[in-house]
Amino acid sequence: MMDSIAGLQLGFSHALTLTNLGWALLGCFLGTAVGVLPGIGPALTIALLLPITFKVEATGAFILFCGVFYGAMYGGSTTSILLNTPGESGSIITALEGAKMARNGRAGPALATAAIGSFVAGTIGTLGISFLGPVVVDLALQLGPAEYFSLMLLCFVTVSAVLGGSALRGLTSLFLGLLLGLVGIDLQTGQPRMTLGVPELLDGVNVVLVAVALFAVGETLFMAWRHTSAAPVVRPVGGIVMSRSDWKRSFWPWIRGSLLGFPFGVMPAGGTEMPTMLSYYAERKLVKPEHAGEFGTTGAIEGVAGPEAANNAAAAGILVPMLTLGLPTSATAAIMLSAFQSYGINPGPLLFEQQGALVWTLIASLYVANIMLVVLNLPLVGLWARILKIPQPQLYAGILVFATIGTYGISNSVTDLVLLYVIGIIGMFMRRFDFPTAPVVIGMILGPMAEQAMRQALTISEGNWLTFVERPVSLAILALAVAALVGPRLWAAVRRRASA
Amino acid sequence: MSSRRSLLAAVTGLAAAALAGDAGAQQRLASLYMFIPAGPGGGWDGLGRAIEQVARQAGLVGTFQFENVGGAGGSVGLPRFVGQRRGRPDALMVTGSIMVGATLTNRTPVGMKDLTPVARLTEEAGVVVVPASSDIKDLAGLLAALKANPGGVSVGGGSAGGTDHITLGLILKSLGRSAKDGSYVAFAGGGPAQAAILGAQVKAGISGLSEFAEQIKSGRMRALATTGQERTDPAIPTLTESGTDVVMTNWRGVFAPPGIRPDARDKLVALMTELHALPAWTELLKTRDWTDAFLTGEAFTAFLAEDVAKTEAVLKEIGLA
Repeated sequence: MMDSIAGLQLGFSHALTLTNLGWALLGCFLGTAVGVLPGIGPALTIALLLPITFKVEATGAFILFCGVFYGAMYGGSTTSILLNTPGESGSIITALEGAKMARNGRAGPALATAAIGSFVAGTIGTLGISFLGPVVVDLALQLGPAEYFSLMLLCFVTVSAVLGGSALRGLTSLFLGLLLGLVGIDLQTGQPRMTLGVPELLDGVNVVLVAVALFAVGETLFMAWRHTSAAPVVRPVGGIVMSRSDWKRSFWPWIRGSLLGFPFGVMPAGGTEMPTMLSYYAERKLVKPEHAGEFGTTGAIEGVAGPEAANNAAAAGILVPMLTLGLPTSATAAIMLSAFQSYGINPGPLLFEQQGALVWTLIASLYVANIMLVVLNLPLVGLWARILKIPQPQLYAGILVFATIGTYGISNSVTDLVLLYVIGIIGMFMRRFDFPTAPVVIGMILGPMAEQAMRQALTISEGNWLTFVERPVSLAILALAVAALVGPRLWAAVRRRASA
Repeated sequence: MSSRRSLLAAVTGLAAAALAGDAGAQQRLASLYMFIPAGPGGGWDGLGRAIEQVARQAGLVGTFQFENVGGAGGSVGLPRFVGQRRGRPDALMVTGSIMVGATLTNRTPVGMKDLTPVARLTEEAGVVVVPASSDIKDLAGLLAALKANPGGVSVGGGSAGGTDHITLGLILKSLGRSAKDGSYVAFAGGGPAQAAILGAQVKAGISGLSEFAEQIKSGRMRALATTGQERTDPAIPTLTESGTDVVMTNWRGVFAPPGIRPDARDKLVALMTELHALPAWTELLKTRDWTDAFLTGEAFTAFLAEDVAKTEAVLKEIGLA
């Protein structure tokens, strides 16, 4: 603890020089920009910036990279909310309520709660990195494939929150997602599955592409199909600032989301998607009865505040295994590790001892970047929200262009563009016949992860299925999943009987 | 993006070419198109850009143009390179042993046989480790456990059919077991694999030495053996030293497209030979900690054929090819 405080002092003394503040600012700008663009994520941006490691000293370069990383997390929510076009997989859930809020004249508060939530989560996450890092990571290493599989089952329960009115339609969507998730090379055997002989499909279908296709392209095509020649409707932009009630309704979701997100980020196979789903589920269940009706209809602010905080706290958590053990648990962390190597630094468990000054400067610059980002982003809220003043036909045309360019940016591949529009057309029909689209994306994210974790666990246990209930942590998570699935129904039944 | 990058490369390349006059070397190629069948930042990308760095400084090549097409161990990029660059005398693709396994397991219609081998440049030995908390103290202990019950010794590593998986298969074969009996757990990427070994979720692990080096140094993993011909780390014995006749390294090299004329191929081989002889190249290998494995011509072709045959035999036995 005292070590951490001394380390932070040292770190701030390095991070607060004019040059390093400049790098942080540049990183935040770049990061926000790439976060806003769907397709181009922080990993690709940092990879393209790698050549600067030949010219710039290590501290400056890493401050720049961390600015990009945090910035992308802030920017990712903007297009999710305004255009229903998530920029990365962690902000897919944000789009569920965020886009509905924007459509109902509450774009300002939605963007603001996302930005402030990102700040709260970033701060909690960075505090976690500073003081809890080594402890949490040792706990996280105790989790094996069996525990991850149980965690993913717990996340599957959250699908029930987005199934919509008809379970049959919702489950159909879910299975479509599981099907899409199967495409590509199977990790455990190296065999291609359902690639139809197209080499581009060997790597699977990109989940951001599917989200953009279903949410943005499908919606746009639907609007074009059902467009009436009546006078164009201009959506109300509404107030920009968060009201007193918005603050009150956002506060606990921010805190809960942050506390949920950080440990998932630290887990070597955790990631940013699972905590956003769990947070969304939790907020939907915990919401005050008078606001419950806003979920899935006009958009509930809790459904933006929670997942967005979870996403950012998880992103901060991802840096923990990288800094304490040298483990690259995400694409961005892997690129950052290769940047360490080009400075002749071998990141590993001894990094804190051997490169203390660099690591603490990096952590201090995360605090700095976090403050810069909220200062940069809050004034932009008004500007962004004004995008919605564009008349609908033009706005939707813009979304289509934006989604197409962003998708092409992921891989420069024409195959991806074909997929975008094929899935977009499927999305259009799903919208027409009232099939919810969110379960597709959730199934696509969770399905492959759960499958691999299950098969890894079974290989380790030599095919013994009891491994999932014999390992105490796994059993506890499974019990939680069962409780979350049947608990509310039982509770409702008991209450009904009591009142009858 | 790639066009802007190539423009940038062209501009800096021109500047370097102008400066190269006093470097002494003769320019071999005005421009070279470098295809990386993996994303930026990985091992193949690193080798490609290292070639650019050294070759341009020495004035061997005027300008470089890069294209990255990542995914599936190179299986996504390979058909594109073969299809679009056929017969082109000024194109190279960086690849290596990972692609040998990937093209076999993925059953891609285009394979290593469609490429024109130019040069093998570097290699990296693998390492067999156990978690620090493991009862297994040395290689003999692990081999005994594997021989007794291969299914009970779960081994973690990279994607199925890759170098790590093949190494396990070869070890099992040398023990008189079938490669199929192994209990191999594939993880997506180095991070999750290392985490599973550190947390003792699996009994042992196999990966590139550089990936595990820091964990071994800090005492969180115990290294049992390296997989090269000779010791890479003086403190760790090789598999062959311990009586297990297995040599498996992760090599990287450059290939030309199919259908190029023999003189064009010879020109590329000469270029790589000249690059390899430069002091700057030796210096670069040292800073990057890459093992020199330079091989060209007939010898490289023969090595490649043997590598493909060895890999295919193991994959067939496991049932993956």
